[in-house]
Amino acid sequence: MRLIPSTDIIETVKKTLIKINYELDQSFVTRLRRAKEQENKALSKAIIQDILDNQEIAKKGEFPLCQDTGIVVVFAEIGFDVKLDNPIEDSINQAVRLAYSEGYLRKSVVKHPFKRENTHDNTPAIVHTKLVPGDNIKIKIASKGAGSENMSVVKMLTPTVGIDGVKKFVLDTIFNAGGKPCPPIIVGIGLGGNLEKSAIIAKEAILRDLDDINPDPILKELEEALYTEINALGVGPMGVGGNTTCLGVKINSYPMHIASLPVAVNIQCHANRHEEVTI
Amino acid sequence: MKHYLDTPITENIVEQLVVGDQVFISGKIYTARDQAHLRLVKENKPDFDINGSVIYYVGPTPARPGNPIGSSGPTSAYRMDELAIPLMEKGVKLMIGKGDRSESFRKAMIENKSIYLIATGGTGALLASRIKSSKIIMYEDLGAEAVHELVVKNFPCFVAYDLQGNSIFSTTATR
Repeated sequence: MRLIPSTDIIETVKKTLIKINYELDQSFVTRLRRAKEQENKALSKAIIQDILDNQEIAKKGEFPLCQDTGIVVVFAEIGFDVKLDNPIEDSINQAVRLAYSEGYLRKSVVKHPFKRENTHDNTPAIVHTKLVPGDNIKIKIASKGAGSENMSVVKMLTPTVGIDGVKKFVLDTIFNAGGKPCPPIIVGIGLGGNLEKSAIIAKEAILRDLDDINPDPILKELEEALYTEINALGVGPMGVGGNTTCLGVKINSYPMHIASLPVAVNIQCHANRHEEVTI
Repeated sequence: MKHYLDTPITENIVEQLVVGDQVFISGKIYTARDQAHLRLVKENKPDFDINGSVIYYVGPTPARPGNPIGSSGPTSAYRMDELAIPLMEKGVKLMIGKGDRSESFRKAMIENKSIYLIATGGTGALLASRIKSSKIIMYEDLGAEAVHELVVKNFPCFVAYDLQGNSIFSTTATR
C-alpha cells in the first residue's frame, strides 16, 4: 500500500485548476492558429484572432481566459494499492476552494435549483471515481463553463436509425446551438450504455487528447466524417459564419441494451480547460 | 463601418447601425445577467438612468489588487430574451452579449429601436483591458451577478441584429 496524503492531492489539483484557467494547451493553440489560416471569412478570422490574443493576455496570469471559470469536473482513477487519509471528494473540494480563491476565479456554483444561493467557494465539484490496479491516482481535471454545457443534449435513439440517425442528431444539435456554445468547439459524443452512461462517456470524450486515434475503425471514420460535416454547417466562430465550427470530434462507446441507442453530445467551448495529472 | 459611440445612446445613433459594423463604446455601461434582470423587471426602479443605457451581460471574475475588474467576457444573451423586452420598453438602447436570440426578442428590439451587439465570447482577458473602472451599484448580494457600473473606453463589439431585421448569425435565416 502507498499512502497518498490528502495534502498532496489538494496541492496538485489546486495548481492544475489555476493553471488551466490561465493557460490554453499549446497544441490546442496550434489548432486555433491553423483554423485561422484556413478560415474563409474576414470577420470569422478576426474572431479567431481575438481568441488567440486573449490567450496571450491570460497566460501572463492576471486575467483568466474566460470569466466563466466553470464548475469543476474530475475523473479520478484510484489504484487499489493506494491508501487515502481522507475521502477523495473532500480533498478535491478543498482544492477547488483554494484554487478559486487564490486564483481569483469566479464562484459560479449555486446550492439549490430555485433558491440559487451561491456556495461562495465554487464547491462542490462533480467527481467520478473508478478503482483500478496500481498504486497511484490519475486525475483528469476540467473547469467546465455553462455556455457550452447548456447546449449539450442526450437522446435515446432507436437502434435501427444506425449511423445516419446518429449523424443527423449530432449535426442538428450543433446547428441548433449556433454561436451559443462559443465555437470553435470540441464535440464529445457518448454512444451506448444507458441514459447516464452515455453522458459520462461523452464528457470523457471531450477530455481526450485531440491527437489520439480512435481504436475502433467505424468510430474513427464517424469522427472524421462528423468533423467535416460539422465544419460544413457554416456556423462559424461565435456563430457568425465561416468554415471553422469545430476543432475536434471524439466518440466514446459502451455496450447497450438490445432495444437502445443512447446518444449524448457534450460540447466544449474554445476555452478548452482541462488537464490530466498523476500522483 | 466603424462607429465610436459615447454613452448614453440616442435613437438617431441606433438607426445608423448595420449588421457587421464594428462599434467601440466609451462611457458608463451597466452589467446585468439572469437574476439582476428578474429583479430589475420586478422592482421597476433601477439606480441608474435607464434611458439610452447600455446593458452588458457579464459576470466578471474577481479583480486582482490593482486591477479595476477581472476577466469580463459576454455571457449567452438568449437567457435574457424575455426579460430584456420590458427593459427596452423603458429605454435600454444597446445590449451586449454573445450568441443568437429569439424571434420575439428581435421583434421587440426593432419596435423599441434598440440594438443587440456581440462581443467575442470567451475573450474576457482581452475585453477586461477596455474596462477602466467598476463599482457595484445594485444587488450586491448577487456577487458576480450584481449590477456593476463600468466605465469603458473603446469597448469592441459587432452589430448582431439591426433595425432592418438583418442578422450576423449564419444560422438565423434557415432555423
